[in-house]
Amino acid sequence: MKNNTGKQMLAATVSSLLAIAPVTGAFADLTIATVNNGHMIEMQKLTKHFEDKTGIKVNWVTLEEGVLRQRVTTDISTKGGQFDIMTIGMYEAPIWGAKGWLEELDFGAAYDVDDILPAMRGGLSADGKLYAAPFYGESSMIMYRKDLVDRAGMEMPDNPSWGHVRDVAAAIHNPPNVYGVCLRGKPGWGDNMAFITTVANSFGARWFDEEWKPQLDSPAWNHAVSFYVDLLGTYGPPGSSSNSFNEILALYNEGKCGMWIDATIAASFITDPKQSKVADKIAFAQSPIAVTKRGANWLWAWALAVPAGTKQAADAKRFIEWATSKEYIELVAENNGWGSVPTGTRSSTYANRNFLQAASFADAELKAILSADPSNSTLDPTPYTGVQFASIPEFQAIGVEAGKQMSAALAGNISVEEALANAQNAADREMRKAGYY
Amino acid sequence: MMRGRLATALQAPSVLALGAWMLVPLSMTLFFSFQRYNLLYPERSGLAGFSNYEFFWTDPAFGPALANTLLLVGSLLVVTVVLGLALALLVERAFWGRGVVRVLLVSPFFIMPTVNALVWKNMFMNPVYGLFAVAAGWFGAEPVDWLAEAPLLSLIIMLSWQWTPFAFLIFITALQSLDAEQAEAARVDGAGYWSRFRFLTLPHLARPIAIVVMIQSIFHLSIFAEIFVTTGGGPGYDSTNLAFMIFSQALLQFDAGVASAGGVFAIILANIVAIFLIRMIGRSLVV
Amino acid sequence: MGLVYFFPILWMFLTSLKTELQAIAIPPLLFFEPTFENFTLIQERSDYFKHALNSVATSFGGTAIAMALAIPAAYAMATAPGRWTKDLLLWMLSTKMLPAVGVLMPIYLIVQKLGLLDTRLALAVIFAMVNLPIVVWMLFSYFREIPAEVVEASRIDCRRTRDTIRHVVVPLGWGGIASTALLSVVLCWNEAFWSINLTAADAGTLAALVASFSSPEGLFWAKVSAVSVLACAPIMVLGWFCQKQLVQGLTFGAVK
Repeated sequence: MKNNTGKQMLAATVSSLLAIAPVTGAFADLTIATVNNGHMIEMQKLTKHFEDKTGIKVNWVTLEEGVLRQRVTTDISTKGGQFDIMTIGMYEAPIWGAKGWLEELDFGAAYDVDDILPAMRGGLSADGKLYAAPFYGESSMIMYRKDLVDRAGMEMPDNPSWGHVRDVAAAIHNPPNVYGVCLRGKPGWGDNMAFITTVANSFGARWFDEEWKPQLDSPAWNHAVSFYVDLLGTYGPPGSSSNSFNEILALYNEGKCGMWIDATIAASFITDPKQSKVADKIAFAQSPIAVTKRGANWLWAWALAVPAGTKQAADAKRFIEWATSKEYIELVAENNGWGSVPTGTRSSTYANRNFLQAASFADAELKAILSADPSNSTLDPTPYTGVQFASIPEFQAIGVEAGKQMSAALAGNISVEEALANAQNAADREMRKAGYY
Repeated sequence: MMRGRLATALQAPSVLALGAWMLVPLSMTLFFSFQRYNLLYPERSGLAGFSNYEFFWTDPAFGPALANTLLLVGSLLVVTVVLGLALALLVERAFWGRGVVRVLLVSPFFIMPTVNALVWKNMFMNPVYGLFAVAAGWFGAEPVDWLAEAPLLSLIIMLSWQWTPFAFLIFITALQSLDAEQAEAARVDGAGYWSRFRFLTLPHLARPIAIVVMIQSIFHLSIFAEIFVTTGGGPGYDSTNLAFMIFSQALLQFDAGVASAGGVFAIILANIVAIFLIRMIGRSLVV
Repeated sequence: MGLVYFFPILWMFLTSLKTELQAIAIPPLLFFEPTFENFTLIQERSDYFKHALNSVATSFGGTAIAMALAIPAAYAMATAPGRWTKDLLLWMLSTKMLPAVGVLMPIYLIVQKLGLLDTRLALAVIFAMVNLPIVVWMLFSYFREIPAEVVEASRIDCRRTRDTIRHVVVPLGWGGIASTALLSVVLCWNEAFWSINLTAADAGTLAALVASFSSPEGLFWAKVSAVSVLACAPIMVLGWFCQKQLVQGLTFGAVK
């Protein structure tokens, strides 16, 4: 046996080398990079309808949100050419579009581009040109346990003030059975900062002034963050500083949260009896406000875009036209019912009686989406667009840093003043580095 | 002995391959570290001088990151070596079901780092629905918010769980080759368990320990998947290490210039650690 | 004790048999009616076997390349150490310390220029390079245990070095080679950074499959447990299968 080991190894080597030789695929396939959220998974399943209709074959690369963002950003900025369609957010679309990295999207009359909600269309365009078509959209709102609020003898108006939300949280807080309010605390520009920015907006704060000077050291930010830290620290669940959407969803569905202010898309999960123990006990209200209504609830969309320079631009656009059309929404409804269609993109969806019947959250969601205006989201004027972000490339870096500081303040490691001062410094560094001033 | 030229020829392929692997990216990293290169601004290029280094160096996260990196590597080495050694000594003796126990002990090493982090974060350390919190509840204790109150300790727990099996595997194989006759003779001579351990077992394990320490420190210097999944480097900078800081520059902030400068820092640090380690344990390794 | 240590894996396995709602139950459920829906759902959504095949090809391919380069080098360093051997070894190790993310851009650009993005070849070569230093180190330490007299004696019998390696070093160091190879395969298998960043639809490995199930919007613990079980099972079974042999073969200085 020993004499054979050499030959065996050689054989193993050769066969492994053969196995790793490049796989040559057909070149006409479309490769689509997308997020692993439920609506996209559904799109993957329904793609066979598109394939049957057009004869175009589609390959999927599905990744979690953070990894996907890294992956597509690396690819598009190095002109890697790995993807014919990329799923991007409302943050990237206008920036990349303005840089000429994306193909302009221009569809036929049947597509009815005017049916797309104006806030969505505006947020995905640059210089009036649409660069990404919204696949589903969301805002943020209050999702509260009606049973608990009623039992505590409290009311939840449709447009509560933050002070009132705090009172309700205090009234229903009953640890460890239920915590008054669950909010995001995990550091990240799309995690805790998305939420904290909406709080700050409603307290009259803004990220930058007209000269692009960061404003995190302003009194308004201090009020907002102090309020957030106090509210979540007093009436929130333990572990909040590492909670984001999914962690809170798990808590909420187990009945541990009295209130939750987060993405409207959560409504479809928490009202689904298959996933949630409290599905029938939930009611909705618009995001709380402090001194202004502006920017109190965010606006986000996952959208499909075609990177400039792909060889299959025509096929790619055909796919996007299909996947973001009214017909696609009807197709999902046919297969899974109106309760599971992708929402937040088209007026026609909210005009559909079947949808309104199936989705208890439809009214609240539409109202939230319609009230969010990315181009006018702060009390004082700003040079940027975006509600829970500023649509400049530097924002990610700034948001990441600020997010860490806020989480440290929430965990009680540093004071709110220190956290904001550190975040202000980081923002200032970043803006100087980028040459804004 | 073998002629020098032949020895060179045999080493050449791997040295050349590694040289290419090392030098091309390294020189590109060095090049980028002096350039303005933000992925989101590919058009803004040009020489940046030392400003990337300055930005990395003066980043408020730099100090904590450096300290956390060394702390993580140091404590992980101690924990895994001690625990691995203890387990190996326990399992070394023959007992019923030893094979099964060995399999169970080795298994965590085969788990992917991201999976490891997800399992620990959500199923064990979550202060509301994690198993630790539930266990604390049985004893009437307050649940610990692991990732906020002790982020580094939490990471050390996860990582030791994953890496102790590696140390264990190496040690147990080394122990098997310990000369049984020698040990028996020592026992007949009246040497107690501890003195046998001290003068017989430990010297025998010098080389395996050295290997475990070297290989592990390489991996632990660049931990980031676990941090990314669990704490995101927070709260504050409490669990940010150098690798995560570079990751955050490169793939959260997309600043390839500053990230490259950070990469150069990391290489320098790694070499300092390596030289330090070689000084400490190198003798038992290369002699 | 072994069970305590193994518990997280066991728990992951149990979770993979739960529904999403059961997976987040407070207090956690120990007894429940198992379901295989997570596993069928994974296969429905993406082709497990394709990813598994990619993982097998890249891990074993990468290991094969690394071993082919490392065995001669380690042999030469172990049997004929020169003035520079120690420095060379140290240098090799320091290449491993370059954080992967720091060289992502250069490597991405190079691989793209070569037209090898999303190929198993690129991934295997990179795996080989990433693990080469460790492989050389491990082999070096094993080969040093082979007594010099044995090698010397065999060199008289076999005139060519190639024969010495094939007939003496490889058989005598077989345990060391096998365990090094296993270590390398495990490391490649679990590698997530390059396998996610350099692949798309064709060459995605199991690490990429796990990434496609982790942290979506919505509950995912049961599903991610299931996909993790699927991703880790092959390598764990291989490890279990080999480890008994390893423990015997890996004995340092067994040939003394």
